[in-house]
Amino acid sequence: MSTYHAGLLADIGILTLGALSVYIILATNQLSLGNAGFMGIGSYLSSFLTVELHWPLTAAVVAAALSASVIGIVVGFPALRLKGIYLAIATLGFGEMVRSFLLVFTPMGGSGGYHGMQHVSLGYVWIWTAGILVVILVLEHSHLWLQMRAVHDDETAAGLVGLNTTLIKVGAFGFGAAVAAVAGALFAHHHVYIEPGNFGFERSIDFVLAVILGGSTVGVGALGGAGLLVLLPEWLRFLADWRLAAFGALLVIVLLTRRQGILDRPLLARLSFRGAGP
Amino acid sequence: MLLQQIVNGLTLGAVYTLVALSFSLVMGILSILNLAIGELFMLGGFIGFSVIAANLPLPVALLAGMAGGALVAVVIGKVACEPLRDAPPITPLLSTLGFSIILQNIVTNVWGSDPLQLPSELFDDRLTVGSLSIGVMQIAVIGVAILLVGTLAWLIQSTSAGRALRAVAENRDVARLLGVSVGRIMLHAFALSGALAGAAGVLISLHYAAITPYVGVDTGLKAIAVMVIGGTTNVWGALLAGPLIGIAEVLTVAYGGSQMRDFVVYGLMILVLLLRPQGLLGGARSDLGQRV
Repeated sequence: MSTYHAGLLADIGILTLGALSVYIILATNQLSLGNAGFMGIGSYLSSFLTVELHWPLTAAVVAAALSASVIGIVVGFPALRLKGIYLAIATLGFGEMVRSFLLVFTPMGGSGGYHGMQHVSLGYVWIWTAGILVVILVLEHSHLWLQMRAVHDDETAAGLVGLNTTLIKVGAFGFGAAVAAVAGALFAHHHVYIEPGNFGFERSIDFVLAVILGGSTVGVGALGGAGLLVLLPEWLRFLADWRLAAFGALLVIVLLTRRQGILDRPLLARLSFRGAGP
Repeated sequence: MLLQQIVNGLTLGAVYTLVALSFSLVMGILSILNLAIGELFMLGGFIGFSVIAANLPLPVALLAGMAGGALVAVVIGKVACEPLRDAPPITPLLSTLGFSIILQNIVTNVWGSDPLQLPSELFDDRLTVGSLSIGVMQIAVIGVAILLVGTLAWLIQSTSAGRALRAVAENRDVARLLGVSVGRIMLHAFALSGALAGAAGVLISLHYAAITPYVGVDTGLKAIAVMVIGGTTNVWGALLAGPLIGIAEVLTVAYGGSQMRDFVVYGLMILVLLLRPQGLLGGARSDLGQRV
């Protein structure tokens, strides 16, 4: 496999994780436009642990994920006060605050960026991606997931039947933040150079875009969306200067014709020859 | 020195006010965050630039920028938002993002990705009052912004189209029952919003005498913060919050380092969201219903 293809595949793996981090939070009807912030935290923290403290990479990834999930929970509590687009705007603000904090955080290079990480193989990236994807696919068949869907569909009713909606919503934020941090740690150790600009608003939007394009109601949608988002600009290369416009136009068309995303349960059921399910 | 910074902050704030109003028109009336507004702002800047470069006067540039912004905004409203009226808010958010990608690509291909610059002697006149030096262009930016906000307030408060806008913002279904054509009002809101963003783009590009196709994102996000801080239901909220953020930003750059400014601006925004989610001047109950 050429370096070019390996690079694309690694990007797909990392973007899949980012998309899953949004998917988990979205499953409780909360839209986060700031997950690049959690990714940045995971990225910088894991790099600090491997480069400065010489931790083994896997331990650093786990530590970054745990720390980010604590921050996610801290962010999740005030987020309970907000709904819909205002929650999205608040998380956007959080992401931008993390980015601008990293810009002034000179111990880790500030605006100059940070390097010195050991490069990890494509295989390592995909072990994490596949592992977390499997965890989420299993989670989707659990009782906990039904509770999350209940909060998604009607929070008041979910509270009335005795579900702890606070715990579910804040927990989703914590889990999502951890997954985003794993994406960040892998990003840092695959690209071996990071700078605050890597974790801006465009990155958060990419995550959301991958989820919505791929299918916001099924976990594998994140994988499909991430693949599409990385490969589509490559396929459109023949359009030269106009490929971004074509990409934007395709995005609008997909949203207008299939607002639940390309993949959903009926389509997956048909693809697996089980007949159209509910 | 402090006074000088405050004047610079007011100029920046005037532009933020206009873009924030552009966001809040669409947001307040349709609950859609139109991410293409940053690019409408950028497009307005390029149109204004081209008109000035053709040796036409400033008012013509302003009108051309506003017309361009309004036209594209109506197209976006018609194609990307109207069909998605009953979708969750995230879907129109992303379809307007699609348009922002398209707009940025078109502008890059038409005008090039390098910054355009005007000969600096064009708007370089300065007035000196004591130790204070104010560019004529700064006065023009602030003056035009106040004029536009005043006009918008009059349109919304005192005309029948404005009453229809407010009715739709208050309750879309009841407005429709009372005979308001919601589809047409939506397009009015988009046209007004695009015109404001276009005007702001013309003003900022002439103020800095330079523009790139990438100015939209940064200003757009800041304007969202200004909208939230001022409150979406009140025109005057943006007029208060714009200069507030402009001055906070300029003072942070002057005394705390340029990298800190985004941290301060978004920190303020989150504080307002948590402590006073309706914004500094917002207070309507209908507004509270949408967000909490």
